[in-house]
Amino acid sequence: METLILLFFILVLAIFLGLELISKIPSTLHTPLMSGANAISGITLVGALSLETGSNLQMILAFCAITFASINVFGGYLVTNRMLRMFKKK
Amino acid sequence: MMGLDFALIQQLGYIFAAVLFIYGLKMLSKEDTAARGNLVSSSGMLVAVLVTIVEIINPILVLSAVLLGGLIGSIFALRVKMTSIPEMVALFNGFGGLSSFFLAWSEFNTLSETSLIMVITYATVLIGGITFSGSVVAFLKLSEIYRGSNDAFNKFSKWLLIVCLVFIFIAILQVLLSGLGLVNFDFEFIKKIFIAVLIVSIISGLAFVIPIGGGDMPVVISLLNSLSGIAAASAGVLLTNTALIVAGCLVGASGLILTLIMAKSMNRTLFNIFFVGYESSGSSQGEIDGEIKPISADDAYLVVEAARSVLVVPGYGMAVAQAQHVVKELGDLLEENGCEVSYGIHPVAGRMPGHMNVLLAEANVSYDNLLEPKDINPSMETVDIAIVIGANDVVNPSATEEPGSPIYGMPILEVHKAKTVIVLKRSMASGFAGVQNPLFFKENTRMLFGDAKESISKLVSEFKE
Repeated sequence: METLILLFFILVLAIFLGLELISKIPSTLHTPLMSGANAISGITLVGALSLETGSNLQMILAFCAITFASINVFGGYLVTNRMLRMFKKK
Repeated sequence: MMGLDFALIQQLGYIFAAVLFIYGLKMLSKEDTAARGNLVSSSGMLVAVLVTIVEIINPILVLSAVLLGGLIGSIFALRVKMTSIPEMVALFNGFGGLSSFFLAWSEFNTLSETSLIMVITYATVLIGGITFSGSVVAFLKLSEIYRGSNDAFNKFSKWLLIVCLVFIFIAILQVLLSGLGLVNFDFEFIKKIFIAVLIVSIISGLAFVIPIGGGDMPVVISLLNSLSGIAAASAGVLLTNTALIVAGCLVGASGLILTLIMAKSMNRTLFNIFFVGYESSGSSQGEIDGEIKPISADDAYLVVEAARSVLVVPGYGMAVAQAQHVVKELGDLLEENGCEVSYGIHPVAGRMPGHMNVLLAEANVSYDNLLEPKDINPSMETVDIAIVIGANDVVNPSATEEPGSPIYGMPILEVHKAKTVIVLKRSMASGFAGVQNPLFFKENTRMLFGDAKESISKLVSEFKE
């Protein structure tokens, strides 16, 4: 229970940190910010790596979780990078 | 001893990864540092994955899944056309949610009795499921595979969503009560309920996004983006993994900020966008005075050629016609002609936040030429010609002139104050809000009908002659 409270504490602080961090964002960067953030949400990969794979169902679930998270991580970072390389100032 | 040491290294690694994510996001929100920010954030991901490697139970399965996902993701990212970015981001949001959904499902299977942690399992499944199926609907709408349904079905969807959420509320309550030992449920029964929760979560996402119109997509995508982060954070609480919590919350916060910016740019509340829609949010409008004055490309060329300052206002129509490159070409020719060219970008123009900026960046338009409404509106009177390319509601003067209009109060680009307005449009159909646009009937407005790309190409070739 104490661990749970501690985790919630981190959760709340991280949300506030995020809100402060990105409060001002020029509209030019709205799309890259979103796809970059999308790549970060692929962090579920880290959780999925250590999933148990005892039963067949467990195996399928772990495989799917890892695959979809990896799509997010690789696709998200690559497409963001591709977009940002296009943004130029004269 | 060895094991203990590694647990420590892992936790330190997560802290380091969190710092990299925070720095990366901070840098990503400034133009000069954005590209490096993305690199910093991706190295954070690498660190987080590397310190987790020792925990892998089934290396072959993990490796093949990572390779498969990496391959699919990379192909998507490198092949996608810039005009299709909204669809892709929508789909990727969904995959993030789906990953959390599977994660929570898998964790549920390791439980053998009811406990309080199951509440978090349910929450993760619900948020992940809604994110996934909602994003799939958004993807289908954005790629115009699914064009929305009739009012009756939309109404049905809204009720269905309420029923679904009530069901999940009861399911969570049940787990909570039996977790506290107040009521005793058979665990086999709870397992069956959980399967129902999985299905109902997916249905909730469908029912949530189906009634929301295409023009509200920038808000929906932002919200789903936020939810994909919240789902990851929730999964992090479930697995007691701080990396997931921090990274997930950062994504949740950034998505939330974008959601609020979009809602503000439409002068609407989130409740109105998600649960009311445009149809019922305003009264009907009266007749519009004036007449439509079409102009041919030849005449438009003469007008534009004489202009000293031009403001280009792109909208979704430019994306559909893929006209960004010819627009840039026209801009260059105008500048050679001694004319000052700038671009007026409304935050909700297009189908996702920043959609127009990405397209114009692809066409090599310098981003300091892209002006937001607050920058350009005060000097609108000095603009000789405003060229509106496939934008409609974001330049609708009803928003400032007509109290009672459904879009009254929405901040717009006030192009009607420019000396002359040329509107490129395929037909006289109204915009996403279904509201008539008096701009088309104004004295200083000329309508250039046809495909935006063709029309601008004509102007460009006239310039070259």
